[in-house]
Amino acid sequence: MEIHYLTAHELKDRLKKRELSCAEIAGSIYSRIDEVENKLNSYIRLDKEHALSGAGEIDKLISSNAIEISDFTGIPVAIKDNMCTKNITTTCASRILENYVPIYNATVIDRLESRNYILAGKANMDEFAMGSSNENSYFGPTKNPWNTGRVPGGSSGGPAASVASGEAICSLGSDTGGSIRQPASLCGIVGFKPTYGRVSRYGLVAFASSLDQIGPLTRDVDDCAAMLNVICGCDGNDSTSIDTAVPDFKSFLAEDMKGMKIGIVKELMAEGIDREVREAVQMTIKMAEEAGGKVEEVSIPSLEYALDVYYIIAPSEASSNLSRFDGVRYGHRNMQARTLREMYQRTRAEGFGEEVKRRIMIGTYCLSAGYYDAYYEKAQRVRTLIINDFKKAFGKFDVLISPTSPTTAFKIGEKIEDPLTMYMSDICTIPVNLAGLPAISIPAGLSADKLPIGLQIIGDILREDNVLKAASSLEKAIGFKDKPGI
Amino acid sequence: MALDIKNLKYEPVIGLEAHVELCTRTKMFCGCRLSFGEDKNIYTCPVCLGHPGSLPVINRKAVQYAIKIALALNCKIQDYTIFHRKNYFYPDMPKNYQISQYDLPLGVKGHLDVDMGDYTRRVGITRVHMEEDTGKLLHTGTTGRISESEASIVDFNRAGTPLIEVVTEPDIRSPEEAREYMIALRNLILFLDVSNCSMEEGSLRCDANVSVRKKGKEKIGTKTEIKNLNSFKFLQKGLEYEVERQIKLLESGSKVIQQTRHYDSKTAITKVLRSKEEAHDYRYFPEPDLVPIYMESKMVEDIKKTIPELPATKAKRFEKQYGLSIYDSNFLSNDRDLADYFEKCCSCYGNAKNIANWMMGDFSALLNKEKITIKESRVTPENLCRMLEIIDGGKINSKMAKSVFEEMFAAGKDPGKIIEERGLEQIADKSMLEAVIEEVLRDNPGPVEQFRQGKEKALSFLIGKVMAKTKGKANPRMVNEIITKKLS
Ligand SMILES: [Zn+2]
Repeated sequence: MEIHYLTAHELKDRLKKRELSCAEIAGSIYSRIDEVENKLNSYIRLDKEHALSGAGEIDKLISSNAIEISDFTGIPVAIKDNMCTKNITTTCASRILENYVPIYNATVIDRLESRNYILAGKANMDEFAMGSSNENSYFGPTKNPWNTGRVPGGSSGGPAASVASGEAICSLGSDTGGSIRQPASLCGIVGFKPTYGRVSRYGLVAFASSLDQIGPLTRDVDDCAAMLNVICGCDGNDSTSIDTAVPDFKSFLAEDMKGMKIGIVKELMAEGIDREVREAVQMTIKMAEEAGGKVEEVSIPSLEYALDVYYIIAPSEASSNLSRFDGVRYGHRNMQARTLREMYQRTRAEGFGEEVKRRIMIGTYCLSAGYYDAYYEKAQRVRTLIINDFKKAFGKFDVLISPTSPTTAFKIGEKIEDPLTMYMSDICTIPVNLAGLPAISIPAGLSADKLPIGLQIIGDILREDNVLKAASSLEKAIGFKDKPGI
Repeated sequence: MALDIKNLKYEPVIGLEAHVELCTRTKMFCGCRLSFGEDKNIYTCPVCLGHPGSLPVINRKAVQYAIKIALALNCKIQDYTIFHRKNYFYPDMPKNYQISQYDLPLGVKGHLDVDMGDYTRRVGITRVHMEEDTGKLLHTGTTGRISESEASIVDFNRAGTPLIEVVTEPDIRSPEEAREYMIALRNLILFLDVSNCSMEEGSLRCDANVSVRKKGKEKIGTKTEIKNLNSFKFLQKGLEYEVERQIKLLESGSKVIQQTRHYDSKTAITKVLRSKEEAHDYRYFPEPDLVPIYMESKMVEDIKKTIPELPATKAKRFEKQYGLSIYDSNFLSNDRDLADYFEKCCSCYGNAKNIANWMMGDFSALLNKEKITIKESRVTPENLCRMLEIIDGGKINSKMAKSVFEEMFAAGKDPGKIIEERGLEQIADKSMLEAVIEEVLRDNPGPVEQFRQGKEKALSFLIGKVMAKTKGKANPRMVNEIITKKLS
């Protein structure tokens, strides 16, 4: 197989055997980028020279035994453009941050740098991570490598498309309501959202603080576990990061599911889900049973309200988080404004796209005096119900299973004019964020028109072990090996 | 002229919101140092500049200081406390929201007793909460107003400085009480060593809510909020103006309109800043980037132990232990340094009243004149005590002592040395004095005769003559004794 389609652990083995150099890996990724990027638009910023010279440096360090080859040493990783990279533009796919150059690294970037990774590029996304199709990017939409007339999902559309197409070996995305898992599902790769607090959010440009979580998008569950080993862990710079020991996530990879209790979430296998998607999930259920799992249906009635709760809490937090983009200290500023108020208004009117403005307005309304109790406060109470319902379910089951997305990749332009239909794309993933749970999406097969279908496996708080165990054994059973046609 | 509260038909109802900058080493939510007027924007980082992706981390020391203040104000410390975001746009706010506290402040339901001389006013403390300070705006142009400036510069050195807000109940009944409350609050906090508490430097700031009501009425009238009351004097003046303005309005049959007003110290009047309709909707909601702080009773107890003896307790002790008057005790216990100085003196000199008199008299006058604190003065407690001993020993009289003290104050010298250098020592040698007195009696037979006939005044005349002859160095007490003896 071409170098650009290998996994990080396969490349590590070859690096260790000196069959390959980091420069060769970076070179093949960049020739693949040269080949397909104009069709996909996975990236907002690429720096070939920097990547290649960086890879050369690492080769030197390796050959002089100055460093050990560990996971992700010399591996080109795409970084979603909402994670701060020191001295390298971080735009959040927004005009308002078009030329913003961070003065510091996100904690996850520091952690990757300690492994001597290669920054493949800053990946495209929906503006400020708001969207499910990557169509809300100031830098143009990213296309799905399986069918360039289709969306790659969102908001981590760039991180997903780049990994699926061989423009990166793996990537980091962020997941607020499904933004890692849904694009992973639509692009036929693995995407993991860890327990809220597992990964430091320091340096991740906030969308909705109580929901955001960084996670990996990879070609297989092995790489996913390896990446969790790198990025997880308590961080003194993030008060919401959990102070608990980080296990070796690779140790949870398993051959079978003996003794595992698996719940099929009834509400997420209902009408709104495409027939083909449901069938693919049902196939995997059979495989889970064959692999030794005990499968049962489970009802989580409060999921009915998840979407409503999410679309109050997330915009409310966003309305406040995004108020710092005012043209005063950094980012875009309207220079014609004559008063302070006018500067704020014109800067933000020009700087933000439609969807971001819509959510800022919804959030501002929900937090307003006289509406707070009816919206934000009530939504928080319902959120607690959802958390409790999940808790109850995990009293009985080790993992819960559902589709990741109700549909396969939809057509570009198909839903963009209809926000409510678009919001339905995250119906299966949003409840997981509301409850702060870990969840993975793995490829479960292809639809008739050759589009990937994703399977979501959800675990209890801090039980990434169960998720990885189920995911690795089902991955083997499913044996998804297809690559996109691009 | 001060407002004559007692003779008004109306009664002011005042509540104060004080902001206290804490003197922690670092800021409230990041590791930047606190600044004191250095170059602009040097103590900044991604967090206090509100850069994308940065997150706040609570400064534990600031929480401890805040608990200390709340405890000293007799507040109940809540079991747990959370931060809220207060959302509004202004260029001195890096995030366009301030991390503050809302419905779960750190301390509630306290009080501070304010000594008003002939009565004590107990001012209820509604809440004590933590928040972060803003940056500072500098506007170009002559007016210094944002609307008239060519450009505005923001200095974020102050942004993120830990602030404590102390909110009172509407228990204050006069502008003078308001001033005394603020002074008492400042004195209290200075004792705790958690803030510089200087209104001049802006580390202590104050807004007021004011309304008036007919005396004897329960219902509180419509209030206005007064901003920019940035000295104890302006606080009183501004409130006096506002109370009068409101009374005049009511007397003329109009109504007080709820609004925020700005006190202009140049013209000594308050002007409308914004109406109720223009008031911000701060859209408070729990800060999702921070987790609740649980106030374990052990921690609160440990902090309690670090609170020193506070002014009210100290004053009572001074009264009892040193036999001082209430006035003297209060004066000396309101300032931690003054109180410490006083007690140091008491440990090496026996007459506390004498110490108090000097400290409150000449010493205070010189400190005020030079605008320095007792800590900065060059007179050590030991030297002050020595001087008092010398006076007691009759070596110098009080008039000479005054000039000796001035030199001690100016040069930090030992009083014995000054007396020696200046040859100020009193003539307390009996034979020497007797010789001079003999001479004076001989030269003034008239007054001598008058004294013998019972005219007391003549004695003063004779003593004066002796003093003149000795150039003021004679011990007046001894002169008096010798003359009386000789002539009786
Ligand atoms: Zn800072």
